[in-house]
Amino acid sequence: MAYTVTRPKLTIWEKMYLPQVVGGLIITLRHFKNMITGKTRVVMQYPEEKWDTSMPPYYRGAPALVKDEKGRERCVACQMCEFICPPRAIRIHPGELPAESKWSKVEKFPQAFDIDMTRCIYCGMCEEVCPEQAIFLRKDYAITGFSRDQMVHDKKKLYEIGGTLEGLVFKWNPLK
Amino acid sequence: MDLIYSIDWILILTSIAKTIAVLVIVLTMVSYTVYAERRVCALIQDRLGPNRVGFPVTLFGAKKDFSPFLGGLGQPIADAVKLLLKEDFTPAHVNKFYYWIAPALGIGAVIVSLAVIPFGSTLFGFPMCIANVNIGPLFIFAFSSLGVYGIVLAGWSSNSKYSFLGGIRSSSQMISYELCLGLSVIPLFLILGTLNLTDIVNYQAKNGWLLLPLLKGGIGFPHLSQIVLWIPIFISFVIFTISMFAETNRLPFDLPEAEQELVGGYHTEYSSMKFALFFLGEYAAMIAGSSLIVTLFLGGWSCPFIPDGAGNGGLEFLHIFPAPIWGLVNIAVFFGKVALLLLFFIWVRWTLPRFRYDQLMRLGWIFFFEIALANVFLTAFILAFIPK
Repeated sequence: MAYTVTRPKLTIWEKMYLPQVVGGLIITLRHFKNMITGKTRVVMQYPEEKWDTSMPPYYRGAPALVKDEKGRERCVACQMCEFICPPRAIRIHPGELPAESKWSKVEKFPQAFDIDMTRCIYCGMCEEVCPEQAIFLRKDYAITGFSRDQMVHDKKKLYEIGGTLEGLVFKWNPLK
Repeated sequence: MDLIYSIDWILILTSIAKTIAVLVIVLTMVSYTVYAERRVCALIQDRLGPNRVGFPVTLFGAKKDFSPFLGGLGQPIADAVKLLLKEDFTPAHVNKFYYWIAPALGIGAVIVSLAVIPFGSTLFGFPMCIANVNIGPLFIFAFSSLGVYGIVLAGWSSNSKYSFLGGIRSSSQMISYELCLGLSVIPLFLILGTLNLTDIVNYQAKNGWLLLPLLKGGIGFPHLSQIVLWIPIFISFVIFTISMFAETNRLPFDLPEAEQELVGGYHTEYSSMKFALFFLGEYAAMIAGSSLIVTLFLGGWSCPFIPDGAGNGGLEFLHIFPAPIWGLVNIAVFFGKVALLLLFFIWVRWTLPRFRYDQLMRLGWIFFFEIALANVFLTAFILAFIPK
């Protein structure tokens, strides 16, 4: 459908164009001056200045595994996160706990736990789905590497990022 | 043997020295104009622009890297190295001969036109102008219109519709604005009676800049005729400057390389150093244009209160310093004026939006052409009827 655009009615002053050009030049000069004198501060100089302090508590950074306060791993290798993960970034190789073990009721533990950070989309579904509260999204966001291999976080690296988290763990509770 | 003795070796050697000096100064200026462009544009848009690259003097054993002022001064050098090392790709569908010759034409014409600009008074008695010819402005107009061939050939030989559109736009734009460019300075030549740029600057050094007749060697009150003549001079200054924007393809007249419409414009198919030559040519054209504006309207190398290279004029007590120092100061004054004008070019570029094509043509043919023509008659009238 063709339609007519109503043009704004211009005064003679505006039609002369040159005064308007000068007006525009003054506006840009003001921006330039405010920037030079440091009045406007919009840009953050990234590697020197970071926004870590003003990061919201719900920020979703790199996923990591956590241990409990006694240094035991929480993950039971149930593979829920592996199945829920939309980009299939998580790979778990579960191992079986021996029957004579005190914790044989847990049945499984993760032999290997890899998260491919080139695939991870930081959606937080793994954290949401984890029945043992073993995987959390941390606030690290500058995940870099020189090769694809370096971008795969293995179990050791994941615990390194994750640290410990206190609180109730079903896995290590003998009553459950 | 007679031939060898008949050659003026001093003239040749000083000309070569001057040519090298001008080339070095102008090419350095080009790269730092690009830096200034990026920096000023960023600051106008509330950003910071390139402020990281310094000079890696730690490679040569120094303790700290050198990054003076606001930082980023190494950026032009890094860019130049990048452009030199990039793959020089020639697409299969281009007309090879013209494709190769176009960038050279684009920059060559501009650099040749720098030859007639007097960039200083005198130094040790040698005039600071590579070729002191009696047709200065004509020479520059001729070569800047040759520069359009670089663009048109690039657009046509690239065999791509975007490049072609860019080239076509450029040629029509240049034809429309060259007319105004030439017509607008005729009043100056009516007043001065000479086309020799060195004479024009000498006149301004003695009688005050054409655009600011108050600056008369020192400060002096202008004649009645100078005051009245200031009106046509101002009109021709405005038309000439705006036409120069169009001639150098700067915003608001950058239709040949309107990125939003033409991908890249006439240099879409160019890469590496061939693209860099267009880029260099464009900025060198800006410098040549600014030099011409400075020479014609803003007094060239002359600065009030400062003596010239022969130690004449200026304030009395400054004469205790040797004359060559003032010769160097005059050169610095000239390039300082050019730099300020370049900053103005940049400032305008990041303020104004692009003209629509019909508006561009209307402005050129209906307004500037007529005003410039009327201005010629106005000047002639003033010269004929108002006594000097």
